[in-house]
Amino acid sequence: MTSNTTVSKCLTGRKDKQVESFWSSIFKQFRKNKLAVVSFYVLLVIILACIFVPIFSPYTMEQTNMQEKSLPPSAAHWFGTDDIGRDLFTRLFVGGRISLGISLAVVALECVIGILLGTLAGYYGGFVDGLIMRIADIFLCFPFLIICITIVSIFSSGPVTLIVTLAVLSWPSIARIVRAQILSLRELEYMEACEALGISDSRRMFRHLLPNVMAYVIVYATLGIAGTILTETSLSFLGMGIRFPIPTWGNLIQAARNPAVLDKYWWYWVPSGVAIFLTVMCWNIIGDALRDAVDPKMKR
Amino acid sequence: MSDTATKHEVLLRVDDLVKHFPIRGGLFKQVKSHVRAVDHVSFEIERGKVLGIVGESGCGKTTLGRTVLRLTPRTAGKVFFKDKDIFEQGKGNLLKLRTKMQIIFQDPYSSLNPRLPVNEIIGEALVQHGMVKNKSEMMDRVIDIIEKCGLFPEQACRYPHQFSGGQRQRICIARALVLNPEFVVCDETVSALDVSIQSQIINLLKEMQEHLGLTYLFISHDLSVVRFISDQVGVMYLGELVEYGEKNQIFNTPRHPYTEALLSAAPTFDFAELRTRKRIILKGDIPSPVNPPSGCRFHTRCPFAQELCSIESPEDIEVEPGHRVRCHMASGKISASGH
Repeated sequence: MTSNTTVSKCLTGRKDKQVESFWSSIFKQFRKNKLAVVSFYVLLVIILACIFVPIFSPYTMEQTNMQEKSLPPSAAHWFGTDDIGRDLFTRLFVGGRISLGISLAVVALECVIGILLGTLAGYYGGFVDGLIMRIADIFLCFPFLIICITIVSIFSSGPVTLIVTLAVLSWPSIARIVRAQILSLRELEYMEACEALGISDSRRMFRHLLPNVMAYVIVYATLGIAGTILTETSLSFLGMGIRFPIPTWGNLIQAARNPAVLDKYWWYWVPSGVAIFLTVMCWNIIGDALRDAVDPKMKR
Repeated sequence: MSDTATKHEVLLRVDDLVKHFPIRGGLFKQVKSHVRAVDHVSFEIERGKVLGIVGESGCGKTTLGRTVLRLTPRTAGKVFFKDKDIFEQGKGNLLKLRTKMQIIFQDPYSSLNPRLPVNEIIGEALVQHGMVKNKSEMMDRVIDIIEKCGLFPEQACRYPHQFSGGQRQRICIARALVLNPEFVVCDETVSALDVSIQSQIINLLKEMQEHLGLTYLFISHDLSVVRFISDQVGVMYLGELVEYGEKNQIFNTPRHPYTEALLSAAPTFDFAELRTRKRIILKGDIPSPVNPPSGCRFHTRCPFAQELCSIESPEDIEVEPGHRVRCHMASGKISASGH
């Protein structure tokens, strides 16, 4: 019988062989899109800044200094200070942490719920499918912003409430994508072979079907992050998201609601506006590039 | 089956199997009619033998193969595997039976999951049924079987898209055989391959069958392939098994006009035969299985059809030992000369 050496030889052979797996071909396709690669690096810089600026900054986000209030950008305060003398450069990146963190958490939670329910609906079909998809329909006909505002005002407007609310309201679209894919995949002959081999349902769903759906989910999730940043921003802007004194990009930009600020203190709101713009733009470009890489047929 | 000696053990017995697919329509999705894919089919396969099923597209060959393995539910009838009705088995017993009955599909592209490496495709069922204790034992078994199927051990960790069609079909064969099954349904296994690869795969199947004592239900529309590999042959037309017998009986003395027509349509390089044989050219297409013709289903295209054929459905008669035909001519109710 073949020994373990053959096994290990085989397993190591996996790395040095010219094995182009599905994911590496996607990656290759993605790298051809220069704009997407630039976006990726811009986003990387933003994320790294959000992580490290608050750590190395000499100021904290809540530290006030009434002597130095409303200063324009200078060497000491790169993006100036606000009306109670807090350093806006630090606050911008602390806000970025929260905005990005919340978006990632929302999309992650949304994907978990959506994938799970979409897979169950697509795989079992019939009554289970009907039930789950009708529930999804119900969630889809809620007026999004109004429900968000209602829930956030009933419960406290902490990050957890916000994350759960946004995720629970947005899982149906991902469930639909997953279900549609699985409906077509489960008719393929390799699924019938699974039946003939007696492979268990859970393995069939999570080992056979899900990897075939993941590419689409990742594309959707990438675009979803951009959307969630905007939603979170609008909620914070409306005062329904995270509240002062914790900064987010949304409530930093809220300063522009005051006409005097809009007119005279541009450094209160321009940096956060630019940050939101850049981040959302980058996620969208990356999402588009991923979609083209996953399914070349969808390209124009 | 009282005289079943050990030598002639009946491995699979299909008894009056019926499979109808409902067609739903209208406002309330009510059943409007049925596609009669398999209609009252009966046959037996002895252990170690190969039964070839031939017929044109849409005659129910594939449905028969899938229903026999309980991959789709039956409408009526019984399928006995070693005297156990597979449709009566509970979930646990069925899982055990699954290891004994396997299928190899037609299309080697859609029958392998593109996201799984070959070792997992072949080995997962071993793990699922607890036939191996750990991963390295699984790899040993996988490497063993892929070598037997003509692949190399270092190919075990590659993905399906790195293989050619013939190699993929070898993977499919390895996947089916790794569980040590006793019965394998080969559903048009070589039809999607080109001719030179076909012969390799056919030889591999034959070799494995002799080596491991396998029993095949070999579904194909290619008469020469069926002739090469089968011991018994069944001819299907519109969901019915119209003729069934030993290979020589079917190929040398066909009794059903449809079998004769099929045989005469097969290309041959035997020029002596070409000169002597008369071609029977069938008129028209195969009728719809939703609404099969009355009486004998073949009467709309049969060159010998008479009035009786459109009225009365012919019985399944044994014309010589082991040779069964569904035709009024065989039962002597009408004669061929009458036309």
